[in-house]
Amino acid sequence: MSTLTALARAQAVASGRAQPIATVRHLHVHDHPMVLVPLAMAGEANAPLAALAGTDPAKPELLVVTQPRDRNERFAFADRLAQLLVAYVDGFADATEDIPIDRGKDVRTRYADAPQLWVPNPGGIDFLRLFGRSTRFRTVDGEHPVPAGVPMLGRWLTFFATSAEVPGSALLLNAVQALGLHWATGQSGAEDAQLGVLLAWIESGAEAAREVENGPVAGPDTDPDFDNRVLAPMIERNAPELPEVLRELMLPTWDRMWRTMTLLRRLPVGERVATRWDSDKDVYTAFAQHVAEGGAPQPRRDGAVAAAARLQRLESAASRYAVQRAFDDPLVLAEYRLAGAAFAGTVTLAAPDRIDDSGKRPVLRPRIMVRTAEVVRVEPGTSLTSPSRPGQKARVVSVAPAGVAGESDVLLELSGGMGRKLVAEPGSVPAVGERLMLTTLSEEFRRSGALPDPAETPWTHGGPPVLAEPPL
Amino acid sequence: MTRLDQLRGPANKAKRHNARTISALTGNPGCDRRAVLDAAGIDKVKLAEVIGFPGRFGQSRFALTRGNAFEARLKADDCALLRSVLGAGDAELGYQDLGADSDDTLGDRHDRTVKLLAEAKAALIDHPLLTLEVAGQTVYLEPDLVAYAHHGRLQVVEIKSFAIVDGQAESAKVSAAATQAAVYVLALRDLLGRLGMDPLLVDHEVVLVCPENFAMRPMAVKLDVRKQLSTLRRQLSRLASVGELIDALPPGLTFDLARPAEELTASLGEVTPRYAPECLSTCELSMFCRDEATGTTGSLGRPVREALGGIESVHEVLALASGSQEPSPDQAESAALLRTALRLREEALGPGASLGPPASLGPGASLGTAASVGTAAS
Repeated sequence: MSTLTALARAQAVASGRAQPIATVRHLHVHDHPMVLVPLAMAGEANAPLAALAGTDPAKPELLVVTQPRDRNERFAFADRLAQLLVAYVDGFADATEDIPIDRGKDVRTRYADAPQLWVPNPGGIDFLRLFGRSTRFRTVDGEHPVPAGVPMLGRWLTFFATSAEVPGSALLLNAVQALGLHWATGQSGAEDAQLGVLLAWIESGAEAAREVENGPVAGPDTDPDFDNRVLAPMIERNAPELPEVLRELMLPTWDRMWRTMTLLRRLPVGERVATRWDSDKDVYTAFAQHVAEGGAPQPRRDGAVAAAARLQRLESAASRYAVQRAFDDPLVLAEYRLAGAAFAGTVTLAAPDRIDDSGKRPVLRPRIMVRTAEVVRVEPGTSLTSPSRPGQKARVVSVAPAGVAGESDVLLELSGGMGRKLVAEPGSVPAVGERLMLTTLSEEFRRSGALPDPAETPWTHGGPPVLAEPPL
Repeated sequence: MTRLDQLRGPANKAKRHNARTISALTGNPGCDRRAVLDAAGIDKVKLAEVIGFPGRFGQSRFALTRGNAFEARLKADDCALLRSVLGAGDAELGYQDLGADSDDTLGDRHDRTVKLLAEAKAALIDHPLLTLEVAGQTVYLEPDLVAYAHHGRLQVVEIKSFAIVDGQAESAKVSAAATQAAVYVLALRDLLGRLGMDPLLVDHEVVLVCPENFAMRPMAVKLDVRKQLSTLRRQLSRLASVGELIDALPPGLTFDLARPAEELTASLGEVTPRYAPECLSTCELSMFCRDEATGTTGSLGRPVREALGGIESVHEVLALASGSQEPSPDQAESAALLRTALRLREEALGPGASLGPPASLGPGASLGTAASVGTAAS
């Protein structure tokens, strides 16, 4: 917990209202998302009880398993969910767009948009992951056949759940974390986990939040009291009104899901959100093609090489996401300023035409002096970046105390982002008087380590993976 | 009548401990209130109801059914499935169910348990009754385990009905199971120690038997509970000194449920709590303590409290941040950080978006858009 966010929580306590911790929206909110509110059967290993699903706020479709131990009913549920989900994701597999690659020498094609799935909370994502695991290896023939859509549902759910682990991906989002990224409430994180309470804090404040605290849960776990008093007797006597009772239970959450998106849409979108959604489109395109070509379901566990590659992707996505959020949002960057990894100052001197001709060829190396009242915890030689000029590096030449107590003068040498000539493009070098933000964070692409081919996995990592039929 | 009986109220029976309640004790070791109430065996669910802060604690009937069904499956046919999953194939391995009590004192079953364990022959011993010193008194542990004696050693077998899918299970459930198993290990070691046997005959590796993947097929995994054991020991030794806490309470203080709610609330005020949001999922009294802790930084969670420099009250945090309160010397560093943080927030959000000093706060003073702006801190 950063001190800034903690302070926002303290302010929320005092004011009785949730406080913003972001000035822009850090995630893509789709124009046509699909919402899924799942409920699980207590005690069972991830057995569905009911779900509300759909793409129209006015028309949630109710799916129910009225006898949770009935295998046929369970797979009928999966099959119906498959129809809804597959129809939705396939809807994006038509329009394409061309992306220049290789510095414009070539193009590649991807789908122009991707699907976006919303669930209420992280528990909902775990539920989908396990439901995907329990369905993707099923077969439509053989000893225990399942309806045709079931294995496909498993693949797509696994795809979504896996992508949700990638920081900054917006293919599968949960309302609790999406809200928590932008607002701080005057209660603990544990209490924020309840969507109804969190949303009430943001929409109406502390009192409203207390009032909904004992309201219906957002799933996937049901309230034990509801199980014992309502559900169990109804299941026992096969009550025909069970579906309606479950619909009533989930409707408030369904409604809150759409209100969450409305709230988020009101925030101005961060500049770099679109590039992350572009990556999501790439990921979706690749998987949609894999499925269309009849590709195998995702393995139960990654092999050693695949796991290492995945870890690398997650790590680089995490650092890219952190940097992008800071560059997009002054309030996020403020956390780095508080920690001494960024500072703001004013340009007091600028030599935009300075040429360094000590090397073989003369190069443009303008220098600027920045005065700041903030603590500067960077060593000479460190490369800094300014969010307003992400393509430009500013190397720290010296840091000296300024005439005024508590202020420092930072001398910086600039390189990059100024055009190809020996004269800087207009505006590319910060001018005297300009307010500048500088940080050790950098968007620079970091090359990932080389990994061997899976067939050459060393024995230290279990040797090459053996392909086996996965048990159900 | 002992002081503990007096605290509980003579008409109320002491709540029995089980592995679950003992492991819950380790959750918030700093809480005197819980230590005293638990030591006296007070029914916290009822107490919370009486004082008007009922919690939501319960187990779903479906979960219980499944748990029982899984256990029954394992123990069917002379424990055939349990034996195979434990790899205990030899037919010599006897199965002894110490089962229900013959009387209400539990003493008889405990004696039988002692006798059986003292023989330490290869056997599966079901429902043994163990004792543990908790807060200076011997408590019987509600039995829910199988002790697996083999090769002269004893191993605790814990049967749980949550699924292990592809070698992974929900971490919260696994750690709860490990702590409970550790309680049994500790109790068994105590017992062996009292019998003059080597306590280390009880393995620190326990066997967790769970359904594998999505079916009811069992699988066994070993868990090392040494860490949980040392936490438990530390906590139990701390509870042993609960006597001093109790002696320090005002004479005549009682939590007798027959007393009026106001008196009980006042009595609770005499014992220092240590509320943290984690209590909400483990302690029956947490709703009361949460209400009492309103306006403290601790009620926002330990990470928040620490990020705010360990300052206790939200009001003080905001006063230090705005500069309306002079920091004491040991607050100077935190105050400087808070002032910077407030300045940065105001710079990013614009003046007025962020809050000024708390003194200027009236109802609706901040984001006065909605009609229902209340102050949680008041």
